Amino acid sequence: MERIEGLAKLTGAERYVDDLAVQGALWGMTVRSPAPRGRIREIRFDPAVDWSRFTVVDHRDVPGANEVLLIEPDQPVLAADRVRHVHEPVLLLAHPSRDAVRRAVRSVQIVVDPEPAYLDFRRPPGADQVQRGDDNVIKRLKIEKGDVEAALARAARVVEGTYRTGAQEHVYLETQGMLAWEEDGVLFIKGSLQCPYYVHRAAVRALGRALDRVRIVQAPTGGGFGGKEEYPSMIALHAALLALKSGRPVKIVYDRGEDMEATTKRHPSIVRHRTGVDADGRLVAQDVEVVMDGGAYVTLSPVVLSRGIIHAAGPYRCDDVRIVGRAMFTNSPPHGAFRGFGAPQTHFANERHMDVVATAVGLDPIELRRRNLIIDGDETATGQVIADGVDRVALLDRAVELSGWAVKERDHERLARTDPWLRRGMGLACFHHGAGFTGSGEVVLASRLDVAGLPDGRVEVRSANIEMGQGTLTIFTRIAAERLGVDPSRIVIAEADTGRVPNSGPTVASRTAMVVGRLVEEACDDLRARVSRPDATGDDLRRAIVDWHAANPGAELVGRAAYEPPPGVRWDDATYRGDAYAAYGWGAYVAEVEVDLRTWGARVVDFVAVQDVGTVLHPTLARGQVQGGVAQGIGWALMEECRWKEGAMTNAQLTNYIVPTSDDLPSLRVYFEETPWPGGPLGAKGLGELPIDGPAPAVVNAIARATGAAPTEIPLTPERLMDLLDARERGRARIA
Amino acid sequence: MRVVRPRDLRTALAAMEADVAPTPLAGGTDLLVHWPVRPEAHDREYLDLQGVGELAGVRWSGDALELGAMASYWDVIVDRRAKAELPLLVRAARQVGAIQIQSRGTWAGNVANGSPAADGVPVLMAYDAVLVLASRGGRREVALDAYYTGYRTSVRRDDELIVAIRIPRRPHSLERFVKVGPRRAQAIAKVGLAVARSVSGWRVVAASVAPTVRRCPSVERLLDDGVAPRHSGDLEAALRSDVAPIDDLRSTAAYRARVLARVLFDAVGTGVPDSP
Amino acid sequence: MQGSGAVRGSPEIEIGFTLNGRPTTVTVDPAARLLDLLRYDLGLTGTKEGCGEGECGACTVWLDGLPADSCLVPAFQAEGRDVRTIESVDPARLRALHVSGATQCGACTPGVVMTALWILENPALLESHSIREIMAGNICRCTGYDGIIEGIEDAMSGRLP
Repeated sequence: MERIEGLAKLTGAERYVDDLAVQGALWGMTVRSPAPRGRIREIRFDPAVDWSRFTVVDHRDVPGANEVLLIEPDQPVLAADRVRHVHEPVLLLAHPSRDAVRRAVRSVQIVVDPEPAYLDFRRPPGADQVQRGDDNVIKRLKIEKGDVEAALARAARVVEGTYRTGAQEHVYLETQGMLAWEEDGVLFIKGSLQCPYYVHRAAVRALGRALDRVRIVQAPTGGGFGGKEEYPSMIALHAALLALKSGRPVKIVYDRGEDMEATTKRHPSIVRHRTGVDADGRLVAQDVEVVMDGGAYVTLSPVVLSRGIIHAAGPYRCDDVRIVGRAMFTNSPPHGAFRGFGAPQTHFANERHMDVVATAVGLDPIELRRRNLIIDGDETATGQVIADGVDRVALLDRAVELSGWAVKERDHERLARTDPWLRRGMGLACFHHGAGFTGSGEVVLASRLDVAGLPDGRVEVRSANIEMGQGTLTIFTRIAAERLGVDPSRIVIAEADTGRVPNSGPTVASRTAMVVGRLVEEACDDLRARVSRPDATGDDLRRAIVDWHAANPGAELVGRAAYEPPPGVRWDDATYRGDAYAAYGWGAYVAEVEVDLRTWGARVVDFVAVQDVGTVLHPTLARGQVQGGVAQGIGWALMEECRWKEGAMTNAQLTNYIVPTSDDLPSLRVYFEETPWPGGPLGAKGLGELPIDGPAPAVVNAIARATGAAPTEIPLTPERLMDLLDARERGRARIA
Repeated sequence: MRVVRPRDLRTALAAMEADVAPTPLAGGTDLLVHWPVRPEAHDREYLDLQGVGELAGVRWSGDALELGAMASYWDVIVDRRAKAELPLLVRAARQVGAIQIQSRGTWAGNVANGSPAADGVPVLMAYDAVLVLASRGGRREVALDAYYTGYRTSVRRDDELIVAIRIPRRPHSLERFVKVGPRRAQAIAKVGLAVARSVSGWRVVAASVAPTVRRCPSVERLLDDGVAPRHSGDLEAALRSDVAPIDDLRSTAAYRARVLARVLFDAVGTGVPDSP
Repeated sequence: MQGSGAVRGSPEIEIGFTLNGRPTTVTVDPAARLLDLLRYDLGLTGTKEGCGEGECGACTVWLDGLPADSCLVPAFQAEGRDVRTIESVDPARLRALHVSGATQCGACTPGVVMTALWILENPALLESHSIREIMAGNICRCTGYDGIIEGIEDAMSGRLP
């Protein structure tokens, strides 16, 4: 089966929000804060501009609560009296001409009386920088198992390390955009987004409208990677406010620069490890501290932190574990959801640290991991017993073997002896990723999904989960077609329109195929029961549906499903103990890297990605998910760096924020082991995020082995590698 | 925004005599970057060179290759003689953006734009290219290595156009081009280097390490004197009087200085090769 | 909604060019880019804008048979030229790219296809260039490029996986 909307995309026929021509629409734009923190003293409008030709909206035009509702109501739709980060939205403008509104934005000056900004989350805030609680901590979380101090005290070796990761920009190729218009008293908002019901909830709150007077419709979405999880609510509200005030349709489409400067990025992190090992290299204690830069509003930081700390001890067995985490308020634009959601940061630290531990105890990095990987029956840091039938040691061994590790290491030693400049190395990472919302999250979401039998006998899947490139349309089609025993051409996936589809939850957290896909199966079963043909397939089912409609003219035939947690899953939010996720994907990735000592530039020359995500629902799509995630992970490891000045991103251009091109990557080799998971549709588990957890540590470990450097920070740019190797030389010179 | 769209050079040069000379526009690959969000750039007059037949193409004569002002990188990449005789031009051209830029970007535009990180300028300078500047008053020729006077400033008068770039045809015993960027393709150079050796001696040209692309006279003297560098540190010292790298968005001064010395050392080798 | 509407009343320029094989005459704002002309004036929205700075290649079209970033081409420079956009492409030619997984989110895809087809129509390019080098002007954030590269290779060999 081929990608449902593939040909429309290949031919350019797919219509994204900026492709929609709307009669009489205005272009909207946002006037933003120039300062990271302060009081708005004045807004100056250039008298040379005829402002009567513009629709102008400020915080006083927000009819409901001035809040972009998510976890906490702290983020305003438009700043009222104070700003908390650079590029915070303050004012909105709309005009029929896009050029006119672009010029007008420059003719408004937001005058801010500055206050001391808190910009470096790694240092404690000064007294005059405190803006939340008494220490700028947004959220603290703790996982504790056993007695870590006692275990450290009796460990044969204690190895410490501190690891840092930088912000990462999503660079979805379609920038953010929204279109809003009112029609018969109903406000429609259509655009590029991952979570229609998040936008709906935020719109109802800020616009003070009844639930059924707001409809959110997803337009084809040109990539999200988490970047269109929360920020679209903001843009949707802006477009809506302009549309309501002007009485005309309003479209806001961000330029690339605005998108990079103003929207969310991956949380920067700093992770400290103190690890006790016994004489055989077995982990006896893991003491981990995770700190993340949340930015100027809470947004999703508490849950990003949560996923981060839950993954921080890695896929290893250890009886005595303590992981403490905190997310800091800073005067940076809020950091937010990005594929992996906190786990890539903690996996980078942990897997880089495992190599440091291996070196310290004199063990091969493969062997160290082999001795410590969870085997069925072992517990994770939260006390979750893993028993899913996956052989994690076999995954590791297969990755190592496919990579040609042993032979290549010998070649690399020869290269180092014979070539003056080129060095190569192999690097490894073992990791896991929990699929679906954390802990009780899925229960709280209480997702619902419908499968309708249409009068012509086709079947329509109605869910709020969206296609953004990852393959939802194709996967849902396949799941429904298999469940009902019908040809995929008989399945229709409804547009994600909150006026038509139930709330099946957000399209995030590697939950769509696994959690919502399971609801597709259940709703299919319910549909069959409603036509009293629980076993019907193919033409029989089509006839049964057509007959039902003949007998019930004008009625809707809908099979329904609602989320039920898999049996035996227990989680305690208060103690952070229990089954953090219903299921995990597992991975073992190996990178081969070449470093050119003329330039200290590193290049991945081979990459092997072995994983088990249960049944693979679609080999081409699954492979593409892994390759795309690996490419993003390699970019994050080597080149993607957000540069900041006074709380503003200074390289908000694709010329200066560097992502990999086709010429920067080798062919990425992808392999799946398929241990079916009974809780998922056809045995599938979540996949989307797992592939970004492994590449950065694998690549950095390879660079360490190639050069002898001990890197602790990404992106590991050539400049950083030069400094590291220089420092090592100086150290040697001192010893000599 | 206003555009003058001449069909011949005479008309183009007449337009350049305006009190405020229009901005010459060739392939647009520099001028149109971030165009929609730079409205101030729309409030000017431009001179579209596309229709000026005299400026097109790549012309070979007995002693020179002449690149018309509208000659693109791609024109040179597909020129077999360029690949055989002046290979650095092809190597540099292939490092400019990717095909979408190579097909539109012009050599003369690269010179005129004056970026210190230019990819085309170093190899032109290493090959002793000469610029042909024309105005209504006549033509003059300026050696490319004498063209720039500072960061994005040059000896070109407001009424002059770069109409051609002339590159002497002469054999080289050593030719190297190195671009160190943040990724392998589609990148702006952190360090650029072009080295050519001919009967005229060594030419060592560096990019992204000074306000302009520039020759490195101290290093050239060292090499012309037959001094063999033993390691990159020897060159680093000489380079200190030739270039002045800075910290910016794309790299650091320290990195640029070190890398330039190392790629230069690697390019020229430890022993100065046989005389040309 | 005007895409490129100027506010300063700039004089419009009339240009004639060949668009997807058809002679076309339009008047353009001097400040309009070819991308704006195609998308907002002519309704050919298959050509996408990804960055507006000639980095991502989502706006790739062919100008006189060569790929170009239409975000860096002034619309008036289309004068007298042969412009081909994604709308001219026969879907039957995209089979290999479809099967190989060359598209995910689709925002880079029309640009990718225009460069890929240029390789397919000029196979001699591969005597001097690799597919990865030529495709480097089209940034894709979804696929990691393998789906694209393999699709081109399969199309060139006439092979379907």
